[in-house]
Amino acid sequence: MNAPMPRTPPHRPLPTGSEWTLESIERYHLEIARVAKGYALDTYPVQIEIITAEQMMDAYASVGMPVNYHHWSFGKHFLSTEKGYRRGQMGLAYEIVINSSPCIAYLMEENTLTMQGLVIAHAAYGHNSFFKGNYLFRTWTDAEAIIDYLVFARNYISQCEERYGEEEVELLLDSCHALMNLGVDRYRRPAPLSIAKEKLRQQERAEYLQSQVNDLWRTLPAHETAAGSSVAQKRFPPEPEENLLYFIEKNAPLLEPWQREVVRIVRKIAQYFFPQRQTQVMNEGWATFWHYTLLHTLYDEGLLADSFMLEFLQSHTNVIAQPPYNSRWYNGINPYALGFSMWQDIRRICDAPTEEDRRWFPELAGTDWLESFDFAMRNFKDESFIAQYLSPKLMRDLRLFAVLDDDRKDKLAVSAIHDDEGYARLRTILSSQYDLGAREPNIQVWNVDLRGDRSLTLRHQQYRRRPLDATADEVLRHLARLWGFTVRLESADEDGKIGEVREVRVDKRQPS
Amino acid sequence: MMRIIDRRFDSRNKSAVNRQRFMRRFRQQIRKAVAEAIQGRSIRDLDAGEQVSIPTKDLSEPSFQHGRGGVWEQVFSGNDQFATGDRVARPLGGGGGGAGKGKASQDGEHEDDFVFQLSRDEFLELFFDDLELPRLVRTQLATITDFKTRRAGFTSSGTPANINIVRSMRGALSRRLALGAPSQARLRELQRELDELGDQEAEEGEDGRKARTIRLEMERLRARIEQIPFIDSFDLRYNNRVREPRPTTQAVMFCVMDVSGSMDEERKATAKRFFMLLHLFLTRSYEHIELVFIRHHTVAKETDEDEFFHSRESGGTVVSSALVLMRDIIRERYGNGQWNIYGAQASDGDNWDNDSPVCRKLLGDEILPWCQYFAYIEITSSEPQNLWREYQKLAGEHDNFAMQRILTPGDIYPVFRELFRKATA
Repeated sequence: MNAPMPRTPPHRPLPTGSEWTLESIERYHLEIARVAKGYALDTYPVQIEIITAEQMMDAYASVGMPVNYHHWSFGKHFLSTEKGYRRGQMGLAYEIVINSSPCIAYLMEENTLTMQGLVIAHAAYGHNSFFKGNYLFRTWTDAEAIIDYLVFARNYISQCEERYGEEEVELLLDSCHALMNLGVDRYRRPAPLSIAKEKLRQQERAEYLQSQVNDLWRTLPAHETAAGSSVAQKRFPPEPEENLLYFIEKNAPLLEPWQREVVRIVRKIAQYFFPQRQTQVMNEGWATFWHYTLLHTLYDEGLLADSFMLEFLQSHTNVIAQPPYNSRWYNGINPYALGFSMWQDIRRICDAPTEEDRRWFPELAGTDWLESFDFAMRNFKDESFIAQYLSPKLMRDLRLFAVLDDDRKDKLAVSAIHDDEGYARLRTILSSQYDLGAREPNIQVWNVDLRGDRSLTLRHQQYRRRPLDATADEVLRHLARLWGFTVRLESADEDGKIGEVREVRVDKRQPS
Repeated sequence: MMRIIDRRFDSRNKSAVNRQRFMRRFRQQIRKAVAEAIQGRSIRDLDAGEQVSIPTKDLSEPSFQHGRGGVWEQVFSGNDQFATGDRVARPLGGGGGGAGKGKASQDGEHEDDFVFQLSRDEFLELFFDDLELPRLVRTQLATITDFKTRRAGFTSSGTPANINIVRSMRGALSRRLALGAPSQARLRELQRELDELGDQEAEEGEDGRKARTIRLEMERLRARIEQIPFIDSFDLRYNNRVREPRPTTQAVMFCVMDVSGSMDEERKATAKRFFMLLHLFLTRSYEHIELVFIRHHTVAKETDEDEFFHSRESGGTVVSSALVLMRDIIRERYGNGQWNIYGAQASDGDNWDNDSPVCRKLLGDEILPWCQYFAYIEITSSEPQNLWREYQKLAGEHDNFAMQRILTPGDIYPVFRELFRKATA
């Protein structure tokens, strides 16, 4: 190990036993922080909060955020979490960590001292450093501003509830939530959230937007004759728009300014969660690797008792268990297991590369592992991380294999396994499994019938002939509620031929 | 830099609002589930929380997702038998895992109902919704029939039995000290003077005379101190007890049912529902509720719950027999003014013609004045008969009497609501 450890490690072993006290947590934290610093983990300041199980369920229900606006769906999640917890079917996730600065890590009151130590290492140093370093989080989220923004969002929405009625706001939020996954610019870099700016500009934006929308829909007779039929052929938007919520916010003809603001809030929050959805394997693997490494370092220094290590390792082993495909516990590839193994494997390739590793990873083999780690953590997401770093050895260890399920064939086909011909292909398939573009349907705004019935047409570009599931009709109704006019969804196959068309006919205009 | 914050005592129940919203949003579904839960419970057993389940599809949060079909190529772990190019029958792993996560998750989610626990209060709240127990408020404010005595300090007058000895003696002691104090002071002063004069007992002259005077004076003072009474009527203190009015928290509910041949099982079941509802309703307001079951055909009989609903008899109908029995039971057991009496009578409306006016008279003169509330339901689809018509006269005269007709079991709930509608409605 070439980690530069600060000298003079304290010789007093850390407290043991299962009961924790604030002092013991603080001592663990100090030691873990010291070791993390030795590994050059760059983190936001840490804020550890001790909460009860009930508060943990609260946090759980509002998607892990300490503040959030009110909505029945959070109540639903709370109820189902509570039910599971009370019945003892489900342990609570023993950690929630918030990508904010300072980085807030929750420790649950019921946890043992060992678990508190584990969570501090995992969340407050593992996840925290990932949040701070990874390019997606740096690009998409502003850790300084998120809490403020959520406070702003909650206040704004409760003001709207007072002014326009809870039901009205709730229906609007329902519709926005249905489109939440399509409220993100996948490729364009977003403007970072800034609370001051949001507040300052909100009024201005509301007025401006309204005028813009009106302009778009102005249909002066003179204009129309001048334009002629060739203009009417032009599509709007000229290029397909992937961010449905953005399009609604800017262009839906009948929304009130406050409704646009609410759409914007949901869109911004969706954007905040966007990186998390793309870095699950990396992020969880990273945090798991670091709790494992940090605690082992402390153990090697003689600070941790054997009893601590036994309890910790038992929990750790559960987390990274990967049942085989034919087990009844199998539920897809466990991101913790895959991520942890990959980071361990990268370290192995750096420290003790084999001949095979040198062939597959010429730039990686034999380098300083801490530097390579830092580079990998900063510059990848799940999809590219797997494509770049999944090694043949790991594929063999996990005994990975790919299965092709084509609904036109009556049998499944094993398309690649962990052998020389299969490695590259297996890696590509697994990588594309984490590609959001493949995981979620590709649906974009295609056209608006400006001159006619103002109907909105979406286009679903099928990916490998996968159809939309039945809830699509309901989502479409939500979209129609926002748009205010007829909404259509065309599914195009890979040749661009339009197959199935779904439609919701609406005309919200008052008869004048 | 680091901070550790103990938030355990901070705002709890942050999700309460969200939970309420959830309840409000799905009120219709939850109410339906509650209504279903009521069937198949015993009369007494209704007053608990309830597990409510709602079809998941009713509360789904839709989003665009891939459905089943098309081409899926996925990586699995734990290869134990496959080589590239193998053909395998669906599903992979003999159904152990899921072939294609899209399918597995969707199927799993959509089949189950969403189940959660309503608290007892939420359950009853939903159950009664906007109902209110009739005349209840009035009962609690006006008919205060029960008193409880409790201690309330001490008084200076009372019966000898209530004398508080410690208090009285303490008062006597302090009175004696206070009254004796000037004499005692003077006594001490004289004693000092006497000491100064020296111990010349029989001395003659000026000093001797003075000493004698002092001794005389001291004698007098001692006598005065002696005269202070050891205890005086002024010292006596009595334990004080006050009687506090307390609203009665017990109620008795009379279930009166016609079990003549014309009441079939279905009608009895309907009546049972009604009794259940009434009982549950009462448990919201009273701590202790007794049930009295009276079944009747031509004669009335008090029974237990099981016999009440399940044994069957035939014959004619004399409703007044049950009312006489009810009146007697009230007089005998519940007549001391400490009971809130509720009556519920179920019948199919048949009665011996000459008996109906008797029933009206009995009910109006001898039962209703005792009752908080008396409800009559007639389970029939035919024309109202003379009992109904007689009772209708009562309904006009007494506002604690209500009557309704139920045609099918499905009518119970609306009828129940009608009977116990808020007074303001």
